[in-house]
Amino acid sequence: MAHAHDSSSERPAILDKVRPAELPRPKLILNDRGFHWITDKVCGIVEEPTPLWWKVLFGVALFIASFTGLGLFYLVSTGTGTWGLRSPVGWGWAIVNFVFWVGIGHAGTLISAILCLLRQKWRTSINRAAEAMTIFAVMCAGIFPLFHVGRVWFGWWLLPLPNQNGIWPQFRSPLEWDVFAVSTYFTVSTLFWYMGMVPDLGVIRDRAKTWWRKAFYSVLALGWRSGNRQWSNFEMAYLLLAGLSTPLVLSVHTIVSFDFAVSNVPGWHTTIFPPYFVAGAIFSGFAMVLTLMLPLRAIYRLHDVINQYHIDNMCKIILATGTMVGYAYATEFFIAAYSGNVYEKFAFINRAFGQYSWAYWIMVSCNVITPQLFWFKKVRENHSLVWIICIFVNVGMWFERFVITCTSLANDYLPSSWGYYSPTLVDIFTFFGTFGFFSVLFLLFIRFLPLLPMAEIKMVAPQADPHAH
Amino acid sequence: MNERNERIFGVACTFRKPADVFHAAEKVRDAGWTRWDVHTPFPIHGMDQAMGLPRSKVPRLTLLGGVTGFITGCLLTWYMNSYDYPLIVGGKPYWSAIFPFPVLYECTILFAAFGTFFGQFILNRLPHHHHPLFELPNFARVSDDTFMVVLEAHDPKFHVDDSRNFLQSLGGQEITVIRD
Repeated sequence: MAHAHDSSSERPAILDKVRPAELPRPKLILNDRGFHWITDKVCGIVEEPTPLWWKVLFGVALFIASFTGLGLFYLVSTGTGTWGLRSPVGWGWAIVNFVFWVGIGHAGTLISAILCLLRQKWRTSINRAAEAMTIFAVMCAGIFPLFHVGRVWFGWWLLPLPNQNGIWPQFRSPLEWDVFAVSTYFTVSTLFWYMGMVPDLGVIRDRAKTWWRKAFYSVLALGWRSGNRQWSNFEMAYLLLAGLSTPLVLSVHTIVSFDFAVSNVPGWHTTIFPPYFVAGAIFSGFAMVLTLMLPLRAIYRLHDVINQYHIDNMCKIILATGTMVGYAYATEFFIAAYSGNVYEKFAFINRAFGQYSWAYWIMVSCNVITPQLFWFKKVRENHSLVWIICIFVNVGMWFERFVITCTSLANDYLPSSWGYYSPTLVDIFTFFGTFGFFSVLFLLFIRFLPLLPMAEIKMVAPQADPHAH
Repeated sequence: MNERNERIFGVACTFRKPADVFHAAEKVRDAGWTRWDVHTPFPIHGMDQAMGLPRSKVPRLTLLGGVTGFITGCLLTWYMNSYDYPLIVGGKPYWSAIFPFPVLYECTILFAAFGTFFGQFILNRLPHHHHPLFELPNFARVSDDTFMVVLEAHDPKFHVDDSRNFLQSLGGQEITVIRD
């Protein structure tokens, strides 16, 4: 850097006298950990003998996942009447759960793609786990619309494939747009996740002691040799995938919100839905990232690579997006009042004070009020409290989707056709089990794949700079 | 030595610090080498320039994928909703770029991502499980914390002894001849 300053004739003379201090930047890696420490730490998680807590949690997760299996088996073998859906509420928990899980996924893509484009170096410690979370959350989400079609064995009719009826999907329908958006999202997220992981799989391969381990990771690492000619293409492809994932993630929740906004149901037919849904998705997703990463950080002692700076940043994003969501709630009320449309006005008064007001106020207190605690440094530094607030956010965001879906359908235009929706045991089982399904996948990921991106963490270490002295 | 051992892939040496391997790479580049590579545990900032590498060709494949995806989306929606089974909806045109726009958008991104993902692996010649470098005992350390310069025998400037001396002059350690 000194050379650059000397060669510049524009440099003001005062700078030589005052010798400006370097801008202090928060450290991403504490205790000056070296490259080998990072390799050992991350590979150690995969290489150590399976810990007892993992086995116990895996058993519990499998047990919980079986509830989804049970719920779906009962649904398919008995018929769609086993869900709580009936006129006028034709979209109940299944759609709520679908939007909830897809939304969770969005934080992973935000961290891996948008923060990459914005050169936020702190993303490196958390992006791998967050991307895994994205993929598993989308898998959980996919279950619901697939079974919501009723006769699940005809689920493939959603795809543009020829069938014996000689008819095709209807591309004017937002539900068909959703098929394309969610399947593209799942595919691209998986490609991005896997490609980013290839160099790290190569690290585990190079350290493997046993034959089967060597074979397993060799196949996955595709013979990666970490030559700079490979890195050059890899870096370019990574940047491009980040650039492609950014408009993708924004479009996915936009299209999910079109499922509602393109209809003419009061409370759904609003232009605020796309940005409001995207903000909500990032909000809930970051809460889920912290819900997962705080225990992992404690268990694996990752305090040097996931430090207070990372947690602060995530808390601040939750605070910002939570405030945006709160602002969107207020805007909806204002627009409803300002529109002069009686049905629209009623829809919102009914949300806050009608038969589902209990759900509305759970939503407001969890999503708008609780995250405001993140203004305080003391709160952000108390990790148990952060974790609890994140659980509140997750609960609140589930209720947001419940409020949107159910209140508008239960009380629409004609009072004579109003109703009240309650889920059945089958609904509850199916949803409860998805947490187990998600945990099973996430636990397998922790056990067999590199939890943190080693190459990317090494890249942001101060000693990685070839111009450092 | 039998005939097999005489086939040489190249010469390798290791460095301990990113700055050292960076400056060594600049010298190899300036000496006019073409068939060589620098193996590092992570991409080093500015190494492409230090090695004199041209810009990666992955973006061309991304563009190709994106254009293919957009055209595929147009053909798909046009054929299905306008040609093979025209749908009459409110007197609107059978096909326009507006109503299936989300589908075209997602197809563009999907195929562009395929172009990028497969393009990267094709340009990097992967999967490639059998490579002489994997036989090198200290190559496993390269993915951890060691930096390696490899001069390949295919390069016209290559000569075993000269190349070894050259690597030594760059400050490389553990200079090894790699057998093919």
